[in-house]
Amino acid sequence: MIENFDMSLVDWSRAQFALTAMYHWIFVPLTLGLAFIIAIMETIYVKTGNPEWKKITKFWMTLFGINFAIGVATGIILEFEFGTNWSNYSWFVGDIFGAPLAVEGIMAFFMESTFIAVMFFGWNKVSKKFHLISTWLVAVGSNLSALWILVANGWMQNPVGMKFNPDTARNEMVNFWDVLFSPTAINKFLHTISSAYTLAAVFVIGVSAWYLLKKLNVTFAKKSIVVAAVFGLITSLFTVMTGDNSAREIVRDQPMKFAAMEGLYDGSKGAGLVALGVMSSTSESGNDNMMDFSFKLEIPNLLSYMAYMDGDAFVAGVNDVINGYTDNDGVVHPPVATKIEMGRKAIHALKNYKQAQKDKNDALAQTSLKELNENFKYFGYGYFDDPYNTVPPISITFYSFHIMVGLGMWFLLLFTLALLFVYKESIVSKKWFLRSAIWSIPLAYVASQSGWIVAEMGRQPWVIQDLMPTLTAVSNIDTKSVQITFFLFLIVFTGLLIAEIKIMLKQIKLGPNHGGH
Amino acid sequence: MFENLSHLALQQYWWVIDSLLGSILVFLMFVQGGQTLIYRLGKSDEERTLLINALGRKWEFTFTTLVTFGGAMFASFPLFYSTSFGGAYWVWMAILFCFIIQAVAYEFRSKPSNVWGAKTFEVFLFINGLLGTILIGTAVGTFFNGAEFTVNELNQSKWANPYGGLEAVLNLHNVALGLTVFFLARLLGSLYFMNSIEHDAIFNRSKKQLLYCGIPFLVVFLFFAIRLLFMDGFAVDAETGTVSMEAYKYLHNFLAMPLVLILFLAGVVLVLFGLIKSYLAEKYTKGIWFTGGGTILVVFALFLLAGFNHTAFYPSNADLQSSLTIQNASSSHYTLTAMSYVSLMVPFVIAYIVWAWRAINNKKLDLEELRNEDHLY
Repeated sequence: MIENFDMSLVDWSRAQFALTAMYHWIFVPLTLGLAFIIAIMETIYVKTGNPEWKKITKFWMTLFGINFAIGVATGIILEFEFGTNWSNYSWFVGDIFGAPLAVEGIMAFFMESTFIAVMFFGWNKVSKKFHLISTWLVAVGSNLSALWILVANGWMQNPVGMKFNPDTARNEMVNFWDVLFSPTAINKFLHTISSAYTLAAVFVIGVSAWYLLKKLNVTFAKKSIVVAAVFGLITSLFTVMTGDNSAREIVRDQPMKFAAMEGLYDGSKGAGLVALGVMSSTSESGNDNMMDFSFKLEIPNLLSYMAYMDGDAFVAGVNDVINGYTDNDGVVHPPVATKIEMGRKAIHALKNYKQAQKDKNDALAQTSLKELNENFKYFGYGYFDDPYNTVPPISITFYSFHIMVGLGMWFLLLFTLALLFVYKESIVSKKWFLRSAIWSIPLAYVASQSGWIVAEMGRQPWVIQDLMPTLTAVSNIDTKSVQITFFLFLIVFTGLLIAEIKIMLKQIKLGPNHGGH
Repeated sequence: MFENLSHLALQQYWWVIDSLLGSILVFLMFVQGGQTLIYRLGKSDEERTLLINALGRKWEFTFTTLVTFGGAMFASFPLFYSTSFGGAYWVWMAILFCFIIQAVAYEFRSKPSNVWGAKTFEVFLFINGLLGTILIGTAVGTFFNGAEFTVNELNQSKWANPYGGLEAVLNLHNVALGLTVFFLARLLGSLYFMNSIEHDAIFNRSKKQLLYCGIPFLVVFLFFAIRLLFMDGFAVDAETGTVSMEAYKYLHNFLAMPLVLILFLAGVVLVLFGLIKSYLAEKYTKGIWFTGGGTILVVFALFLLAGFNHTAFYPSNADLQSSLTIQNASSSHYTLTAMSYVSLMVPFVIAYIVWAWRAINNKKLDLEELRNEDHLY
């Protein structure tokens, strides 16, 4: 059935979404985290009345403003791209997916944009307390906007709280709270925002380290490091915790993705964790997505323990998911070939149901509906021919996951060392540490982007797990249009990114004693 | 509370909310209109900076309202979202690019090392003001004149030509609405400057714009409105849902919904009152509130005209029966109910926006304040 779809349109649509989403995500985590760091700094200013803290707050606020603007610019396209490039998706799940986007606008964006004006222009117009509240509301607003879009993303990974309506040919929401409080959504939100806070903390420490290396603004830099390191230590610990929870969710709801993250082809009891690995040759299956390890360093039983808190538990690999298996709770997961069969039945039954309605054939409508409901769970599988087409690109997922985790551990160490050296008053002389802190800034961005690559590449070929493959979600437009807009986005966003980086670097060079412009 | 309402009542409620958002968006486009006047009203770098900073404190309201309008349309009428955005690809992409370049322009314009130079970002603001308004107005024109799409029995949509919605500019009536929005935005921009900037020369130049933009505005608006009353419209049979053409449909809608007619006429009077009084009076600064309020009423009435009284709000010229109505394009009863509870937050949101607006605008912006401002656009 795949041959019925224009794969170049699917690939270009995916490329465009990936490009715009990844650009957007360069700016968002810094906004999310810096907003809180600024709010904490301003709170210290209001509490102590020390003008030095006001200066510190205003400096980071300037960088926040520059970053925020480009985050807004790259963000607007994402909301509308669901419609422009994924219109079949927009209808199939719009009844559920649209709501979080609307709530995001009403609840979060207005809060953010209203109070940001007070935050920047209200220093001499409103009281100190009101200004502080506005700064906190900007932080809350920006994080609330993250909540709603991540709830929407979480729902795509684990669709809950809905029912398929054959009359409208779409999924309809039956429980808002199930969607909002789905464990996948909650874990995704907490893990994503805490990782964003970590990135912002690394950014503040890195910039401050540069000042210390240059022996500029020493007091300012040290104070900034203290706030950022405490903030970063707490948030990075939280990131590890929520990441761990996320993994345990994924192993249950998206076992194929979990197998890809770990590069696990054949599952076993007491599965080991590949701490380090290199993938090179293609596997015997002939599937381009499946690469074999040419080298790996494995820690016995750890994967089973992480997935199920039991070192001897069974963890399914790619081949187990393809061929079917019984999980640790005794739930039988049928082979993908069976799911394909059921999916085809569901698609066929929907067509029959529609035709029967046209022909006013009630008996056929009823039997078709019954068949549809029985098989709907695997509706999306019906679009595939070969079970191995449901395997995501393993090497990209595996590497991204391990890069993310490895860097996360390094940041934990970075914050700990920063606090230790500040406490010992030796941070200025630790040149190696200051240089590492500066280099950690780009690494934080690598880790953050890797996280999204794991989330989005690892769930392929699904746009909605088990229900809608990515290839059926695209708009019915010609590939050329998407190619043109892809390159337009590439040019415009790259142009804006270059300007943003240059402006940021200039502001950092000018330092906190310069005005905002 | 909302769960007891019928599906139709919820659909109507959400059409009202979306219409309100759309009308507030058009009012807030004073930012876009103002952006096209920067060089006309500002004769020195300092004056232009003053104008840009006055707009820069408000641009995010317009931007956020646009995004919220999109989100609300997605949540309440997802079939419109998937059909229009996925089909009129080039129109929406053009609009989006106009807004992408706006979002960075304010923040980057006056920053050192901005690579592309202040002038580039001023051009971005101009493009956003010019094309953003005309394209949005033209796109809304298709609510009355129809668009070229089909929807199949699984509600999957397809555009019927390769132009991705750009063909809308071939319809004079669509373009008239686009130009109406453009000139109206310039008028509102001028009134906003008169209201929020303390600078005599800018005040007087803005006042002159009320005449220069007011005349073409009236011409295109009257053309749009008169043609609307006499044209055929897309009627929906209440029983069968069948769509057919009806002569004088929108005139009939006005007559069938006198409240909408009153809103429309009251809006027109307010728009004109604000303009005329601001132009004739020596130093009148409150015109923005009359013309702005009038704008909201007129646009609100036009949206209701397009969606209520058994009318297809997004008609298809390619296949009449594919036309979208508030009934066939909406979300489920459950989702509309859940969203209706969320909508109860709107008055609260409006309240804090008003508070913040007053806190920032408690004193008119002048060159003195700009010289002491450390967050400058």
